[in-house]
Amino acid sequence: MSANQALIAYTLRLADNALILAQRMVELVAAEPELEEELANANFALDFIGQARMFYTYAGELEGQGRSEDDFAFMRDEREFGNLLLLEQPNGHFGDALVRQFLFEAFYLHLLEALMRCSDQRLCEIAARAIKEVKYHFRHSSHWLVRLGDGTELSHNRAQTSLDDAWRYTGEMFTADEIDTAMQENFDGPDLASIHELWRRDIATVVVEATLQLPDDQWMASGGKQGRHSEHLGFLLAEMQYLQRSFPGATW
Amino acid sequence: MVAAEVKREQVFEWLANVPDPEIPVLSILDLGIVRDVDVSAGVTVTLTPTYSGCPATEVIESTVLMALRQHGVVDVAIKRVLSPPWTTDWITADGREKLRRYGIAPPSKEKPVACPQCESLDTECVSEFGSTACKAAWRCRECLEPFEYFKCL
Repeated sequence: MSANQALIAYTLRLADNALILAQRMVELVAAEPELEEELANANFALDFIGQARMFYTYAGELEGQGRSEDDFAFMRDEREFGNLLLLEQPNGHFGDALVRQFLFEAFYLHLLEALMRCSDQRLCEIAARAIKEVKYHFRHSSHWLVRLGDGTELSHNRAQTSLDDAWRYTGEMFTADEIDTAMQENFDGPDLASIHELWRRDIATVVVEATLQLPDDQWMASGGKQGRHSEHLGFLLAEMQYLQRSFPGATW
Repeated sequence: MVAAEVKREQVFEWLANVPDPEIPVLSILDLGIVRDVDVSAGVTVTLTPTYSGCPATEVIESTVLMALRQHGVVDVAIKRVLSPPWTTDWITADGREKLRRYGIAPPSKEKPVACPQCESLDTECVSEFGSTACKAAWRCRECLEPFEYFKCL
């Protein structure tokens, strides 16, 4: 794999993470428990869609075959998506969706920070733009985790179960494969091992404040980055891609 | 009109009349998103988005194109730059005053936020999230009016 191919694949993974998480958040629009959360969720989803667009556009330029952001989002199949398994998991209840945001954003924040120092200028620029938004998102999800964990007995127990259930999907964030390695070697890209330490430190601080327990390390699911997804992604794509598949090139 | 006749200052004057679609009281110059105007070969306007997913970005770009075409400038290009990322520090002093008069408290690094109606500092945040990603909902404890606050970014 050439350095350029690795960069394209890596950029597409970043785009897919942002898009698939945004799609899950979009499912929650008009279904949040209170107005403030309704606005927060919709605004945050919009941030992620904006980030996905910037990454897809860049991947298309790197590839040089005329594929647009829409082609990547709507005309690829499940196996071509490189998003993390965590992000495609169904929303579940408020606590499940919140814990998913929390675990991902703590990781994404450090990933973007590292990308701001990589040698690919465009990724640096997108990361610098996105990190301002993600800092705000992480502050929001951290506050909520504390409110749920340190809330009632019911909310505490539910938040703990959400954390335990999501834990198995966190492993692949930090497992470097050939694309991560190529990114690190050729473009001074993120070092996932050091991000893992920072991530653990950051989430542990919030989890302790929330009076919750960090789950023990256990068997970790993997494969999302390589396109081997859980059964949920196909259903998500079926809904998200329906219009462009049925009416290719439709505009409004 | 041929491109050579267009002066840079003239383009800035026209852009001063292009409103931000979400806060129309502000021009895109007040908002600080016009990074450069180049008139050396046609007219190139360089813009920077406020938020990644700001739905106003495309609207602003097409409004700029329209505004220049209305003044007979056909050879227009819009360049979008990300770096350095936009910050609320780039909203001009004039823009801040327009926001305040419009009823939106301008971004301020010093808290508490002053009520745009009565200037009282006795205010509180009701919701960190408002009608758009860039605003929060606040309330004045003095005059009891609700107001929007443009968040620092």
